[in-house]
Amino acid sequence: MQDFGAAFGLAFDLILSGNADLAEIVLLSLQVSLTAVLFACLIGLPLGAATAIFRFPGRGALIVLMNALMGLPPVVVGLFLYLMLSNAGPLGPLALLYTPTAMIIAQSILVAPIVAALTRQVVADLHSEYDEQLRSFSVGRWAAIGTLLWDGRYSLMTVALAGFGRAIAEVGAVIIVGGNINHVTRVMTTTIALETSKGNLALALALGIILVGIAVAVNASVMSLRATAARAAYA
Amino acid sequence: MIRRRFLALAAALTVATGLAAPLQADDKFIIVQSTTSTLNSGLLDAILPQFTAKTGIEVRVVAVGTGQAIKNARNGDGDVLLVHAKPAEEKFVADGYGVARHDLMYNDFVIVGPEDDPAGIAGMRDILPALERIAQSAAPFASRGDDSGTHKKELRLWKDAGVDPAAASGTWYRETGSGMGATLNTAVGMNAYTMSDRATWIAFQNKGDFAIAVEGDPALFNQYGVILVNPEKHANVKAEWGQTFVDWLVSGEGQKAIAAFEVDGQQLFFPNAKEGGGS
Repeated sequence: MQDFGAAFGLAFDLILSGNADLAEIVLLSLQVSLTAVLFACLIGLPLGAATAIFRFPGRGALIVLMNALMGLPPVVVGLFLYLMLSNAGPLGPLALLYTPTAMIIAQSILVAPIVAALTRQVVADLHSEYDEQLRSFSVGRWAAIGTLLWDGRYSLMTVALAGFGRAIAEVGAVIIVGGNINHVTRVMTTTIALETSKGNLALALALGIILVGIAVAVNASVMSLRATAARAAYA
Repeated sequence: MIRRRFLALAAALTVATGLAAPLQADDKFIIVQSTTSTLNSGLLDAILPQFTAKTGIEVRVVAVGTGQAIKNARNGDGDVLLVHAKPAEEKFVADGYGVARHDLMYNDFVIVGPEDDPAGIAGMRDILPALERIAQSAAPFASRGDDSGTHKKELRLWKDAGVDPAAASGTWYRETGSGMGATLNTAVGMNAYTMSDRATWIAFQNKGDFAIAVEGDPALFNQYGVILVNPEKHANVKAEWGQTFVDWLVSGEGQKAIAAFEVDGQQLFFPNAKEGGGS
């Protein structure tokens, strides 16, 4: 397959040439997916921690639901959101369809269950470990949530990265609610789908290589943040 | 202290990447629901900048199959519809969802297939006998199967040829349920014949050893139409700007821009609007 060699060459050419269209697409991808992960964390971290610490009726069912929703098919989320945001749908007046905001909402829905379910596990493990200590300091359950989230911050960073991986890689939801509109809602994955459908397989693969590179860069910067924080903690 | 630094870093990261930049420039734009062939061939990328330069109206294109484009436009999720399935377009207007339909341009469909030509149809001009031969030889045929304009056309041709491909679905007749480009990729991958509009075929970059097998039958004519979505059905429709776009497309200037678009020295779309007249 001559496409593989061509793809790597193209990927380098694209990066080195500082292609403006590519930069725009990469930036929008990061903007949409990182914002979605942020919102998913704002929802998922407290929800997951609360589920780990509090006992309430329906807790078991909620845990099963959160775990199951980690496997939400992106295309179904896209379709559901399209029907909601369409001008014929209940949220039509918001005029969000075919905007980056719609894409952020879609990815937040996809990522939030991942963050919530994994956070619950991380916090539950810490809670069983520190339960007696927390009791001896008579720390209330609400305060314990904050303490345990802080203590589990390094594991939770990995949780957030798992969510980011889901968001940056999905195409099914954003292509429906974003519409893959050039210069408006076109991101890496929808560009790859488009170039594949044009038969530009080498270019599509080159974009895929760049996408993987971006994921590596994001993960590396989070890891270095973690290392910096850890050094500071023991300094 | 550490905690504060950590949170500050996290906040800085967030602001730098996401929320600082405005998420959408809310300016003068319309949304056009269109078909994959107009975008994949490069036509729209070639002519839209000319329109935007003249009028200041940005055109945002959502390129999906004709069936989905019409459905989206019915929901009011677009200002202009540019597709190629005349009966469905006329129904769209008759049902009150569109203001008026204008002929815009045409090209034609072709049957493409592998070099070894298992059905022995290469060079034929008449489409119906060619389809009969594909069915008789049970040579693989990849169908769009997605309710697109091309798919509707293909089904009509099978019907005229007296073949019921649905009966053979999953054997030699393979419905991909995807766009033209994806179906071409699939066809090339499994040595299957398929029907494509000529524009997408010429612009397609992954042809392998495939070539046009059947072309030139008047029954393969492919007419594109343009329709302004009816603002009386959906108040959000930007009727004034949408009408400006429709008027420009059917005007001498728009028609000339369509005719001037070429790939590899070949003209892909042939303008045939009757200026000022809808149908």
